[in-house]
Order: sequence, then structure tokens, then C-alpha cells
Amino acid sequence: MEFLGLYHYWVFAVLLMIGFYAVVAKLNLIKKLIGLSLFQAAVFLLYITMGKVDGGTAPIFQTASQTNVFSNPLPQVLILTAIVVGISTLALGLGIVVRIKEEYDTIEEHEIQEIDRR
Amino acid sequence: MTGLDQHLPALQVAVPMVASAFVVLLNPKGLAWAATTAVSAMSFAIAIQLTMLVTAGTPLTYAMGSWPAPFGIALEVDSLSALLLLVITGASTIALIGARASIDAQIAADRQIYFYSAWLLAVAGLAGIVVSADAFNIFVFMEISSLASYVLIAGGPDRRALPAVFKYLIMGTIGATFYLIGVGLIYMMTGTLNLADMELRIAGVSDQRPILAAAGFITVGLALKAAVFPLHIWLPNAYTYAPHMVTAFLAACATKVSLYVLLRFDFFVFQQNLDGHTFQFAAYLMPLAILGILVGSAVAMFEGNLKRLLAFSSVAQIGYIMLGASLLSAAGLTAGIVHIFNHALAKGALFLALGAFALACTSLRFETIGGIARAMPWTFGAFVLAGLSLIGVPGTAGFISKWHLIGAAMELGPPGLALVAVILISSLMAVVYIWRIVEAACFGAAPADFPDVRVPPLLVTMIWVAAITNIVFGLVPDLPLELSRDAAASLLGHVK
Repeated sequence: MEFLGLYHYWVFAVLLMIGFYAVVAKLNLIKKLIGLSLFQAAVFLLYITMGKVDGGTAPIFQTASQTNVFSNPLPQVLILTAIVVGISTLALGLGIVVRIKEEYDTIEEHEIQEIDRR
Repeated sequence: MTGLDQHLPALQVAVPMVASAFVVLLNPKGLAWAATTAVSAMSFAIAIQLTMLVTAGTPLTYAMGSWPAPFGIALEVDSLSALLLLVITGASTIALIGARASIDAQIAADRQIYFYSAWLLAVAGLAGIVVSADAFNIFVFMEISSLASYVLIAGGPDRRALPAVFKYLIMGTIGATFYLIGVGLIYMMTGTLNLADMELRIAGVSDQRPILAAAGFITVGLALKAAVFPLHIWLPNAYTYAPHMVTAFLAACATKVSLYVLLRFDFFVFQQNLDGHTFQFAAYLMPLAILGILVGSAVAMFEGNLKRLLAFSSVAQIGYIMLGASLLSAAGLTAGIVHIFNHALAKGALFLALGAFALACTSLRFETIGGIARAMPWTFGAFVLAGLSLIGVPGTAGFISKWHLIGAAMELGPPGLALVAVILISSLMAVVYIWRIVEAACFGAAPADFPDVRVPPLLVTMIWVAAITNIVFGLVPDLPLELSRDAAASLLGHVK
């Protein structure tokens, strides 16, 4: 199947767009955050995918007689950091939503705009 | 270079970052303020020392943990970073010294320690972006500074700050994630994250399409963070409803740091390695810059809220910086970069003065600031001075950057005249919006129950320090100009 040759990248692109759609189109702030998480998760997949080598194993020290192929560990390390960043962002975003709920008593974007206009 | 000097690039980030963890433990809130201000002043001193080292000789490089450059994380300070470091730490220090009364009025006492901690984290993050020479490290510092600034902006008493900061969080995260995708694509093709190494290795990449996609993702992502028109919609509300001192600090440096990364990436990595990228860069950014200048200034003329007005003016000023960069000439880049510095001086002083006004006024709208000129003559005097600098009156810092920008536009020949017209029209619009504030403050009817508030002496002093630097760098612009010229030469040195 040449069309889906590197299907990992299709997964990345589709997931990215699903997340982006939710961020742009949903009015509920929690749903927007879910979209944002999907959006970031897609990028994690992009990084993990690019480091994978067919048949590659974890890069652990080996003796001269072994001839293992290694997957590139660096993207995984990078994405570990990016996951932490993503979680912090999500936590802060949820915290802000809690405060918005306390102040406005709603988490629907258009209702908040309506209240602010008054 | 001996002893401590060689560790300064790392200390620039480490000092505020480590201190931010300890500020939370300082319970009497005066102590937290004093410690934060002291740490910020120390960062400022480090930035000054770094600038002196850079102007004296070659750029400084620092290998974190002694790992050599392409493998370890490298820090690098050249003229461009030094200029930005001065802006970040200077704005933070001046705002903090004057901030005490305003922060006491706006932020509950028991939450102040966290506020100060977030402030230091923002300083550390912004400084980290500027000293990093590693693409992924820049992303991490970008997120540190963004998360800290979301906290700072949401800290104010106005509940409208919350939806504003939510919008900023969404758009900021999308911008940073776009940047991350771009870095990933480049890493996929080159196997390196070090900017200098990337520049060398991209040249050998046979299939340019992923690099082209990466250039698109990185440019759009950073433009989103830098509030380049039309990606600026998060900015006005975030600046308007943030605590006043936070606005003064962030308006001076936050968006400019993203512009710095944009310039650095585009000039160091992409321009010489992608066919036609130089043209694409100019053709994409120049119309946006012109639209940003005109639309930002025009909206500012009709805005009723003073902070919002200045926020829209910021959108226009970002346009000036982009316009200078998109000319792709030494003169244009110099003008754009020196405007980063000069605009920070003017906008920082203006927002500080608004913070002082807010101590007396119920809100910062034209109807409510009547008579403020009589109640706070000193603060108002400084506000007018900074306003003149924003307009670009000769003798102020704003004039220097506009003069150079016009000079750079004239180099283009006849088409440059259109750009000069844009700059002049926008300056005239700036005259209008600054005059509207002056008019309302001087001649507007004062409310009957105008409170008799004395502006704290520290705040007045700092507003004047900021205003006077506008004059000083307007009359003796050697330092920022020299740094900008050097930065422009080094950026262009990477373009074939």
C-alpha cells in the first residue's frame, strides 16, 4: 500500500487536525483543552515515530560480538520533556477553567462573552 | 575572560530560576518583594556585564555541563541576545522597584509570594530563550516563560483577565506546538538541535520539502507568540486585564523575545539554505507588517480603554520591527532591532504611568481619568515624555528607530516612499491617540469624589527613570545602535 506507506505520519496529521478542530470549533472550555491535549499528543507521536528504526532495540551498552540495531533514543528524551510541558499547560488551563466557573458560573465561551458585554 | 565571567550566560538563567523557588518561603510579603527585586537587579547587573563583554569582543559561548557544542546544550550570547537581555532584566527591575504599592492594591496579600515567584520564573524563561543556542531548549524556556506569564496575567483582580488568559494559553500553546513540529521536522532531516550545527547540516539535505514545511510551522508558530498581525487577537485583552505592573513588564519584552527567535531561526537556519526563502520571508512579512502598523494604530485611535489603546499601539510597534526585518538590508534590520529596545523603553514607561494613574482612578477609561494631570503632575509629565517617544518626536528614543527605518525604506528607491508614507501616517495616528489621553487627563472633568492619592515616591522615581532613558537614548543612541548594527551584520552574515 504505497498510499499509506508511512502510516504513522498519517496518524500524526489526522490526530493533529482533530485536536485543532476541537480547539477552534468547540465552545466549551474543557473540550477546547481536550482538543489542545490531542493536538500536543499528535506531536509526541511525530517525534517518537521519527526515532524508530525497523527492528531497533533500546540503546544499551553491548559487547563487540553483538550487532543490535538501535532506535534513536534522543526524540524520546525530548518528548518526555514535552509531555511534562504539556501536562503543566493542561493543569494550568484546567485551573483557569475552575476560576472562570467560580467567577462566571459557566464554562461556555459564548456565554462568558455575553456576560462580559453586559 | 576569567573566573565568574565565563559562567555569566548560565547564571543569567540560573539565578532567577533558583531564586523563584525560594521566594515562596519568604513569608512577610515585604521580604518577598525585596528579594525578588534584588534578584532581578542582580540579573540586570549580569546582563550589563554580558553586554560589556560582548561589545568588547567576540560572542560568548557556554557549554552546559562541559559537553561540547553539537552534543551538549550550548548557550550563546551575541549582540542581539545582549540587547534583549538588557530589555528583559531592565524592564523587570524597573517595574519591580516601583511595583510594591500597585501590587499591594491589586493582589491579595497571601497570594503575593506566588506572584513574585512566577515573576522570577518569567524572567528566567525569557532570559533562557535569549541565551539558548539549542532549538529544543528554546522551546522549553518558551513554555516556562509562557506558563509563568499566564499566571502573572491571571493574577489581577479583574475577572475578565481569566477568559483573556485562557485565550492566551490556547493560542500560546498552539504557537509553541507549531514551533515544536518545525523543530521535529528539522531534527528528522538533519539529526541536530544546535542552531549553528543545523545551519551547516541543512545545506546537505537533498529533499527540501520537510525543511520548507518546518520553516512554515516555525514562522507561523513564533508569529503567533509574537502577536504579529493578524495573529495578535490574544494580546489586547491579556494586556488590558493583567495587573498593571505585569503589563508594564510583559509589554516591554514578552513578544519581542519571540520575534528574536523568529529572526534568529529565519536568518541563521533557513535563509541561505532554502531556495527563494529570502524572497518568501520578505513577501510574507512585509504586507503583514504594514497592515499591522496601520490597523493597530487605527484601532488605537478609537479605543476607549487606555490600556487597550496602548496594547493596540503595541501591535503597530511590532509591525515596525517586522517591517525593518523584512527589508532584509543592514539598515532595515538595524532599525528593526533598535526599535525592539526603544519601544520597550517607551511602552514600559507608559504602562508604568498608567499603573500609577490606576491608584487613584476607578478604571482606566477616558471618562474616568479626567483631572489626573492636576492630581499627579509628576507622573503625568513622565507619561507625556514617554508618549512623545512613542510618537517619535526628535530628541527621543522613538525618533532614532523611526529615522533609521525611514532611511532603510528610502534605500529601496521609489517603492520605499510608500513605506515612508505608512510610517508617517502611523506616527500621525500615534499623535492622535496620545493627544486624546493628554486631553482627557488635562481638560476632562474630574469626578467630584476624586481621591487624594499620593503616588509612592519609588514608583514616581521609576517612571521618571524610564522616561528619562527615552531622552538619554534619544540623544546618545550609541549603545543600542552599536549593538543593533552588530546584530544586523551577524544576521545578514548568514545570508548568501
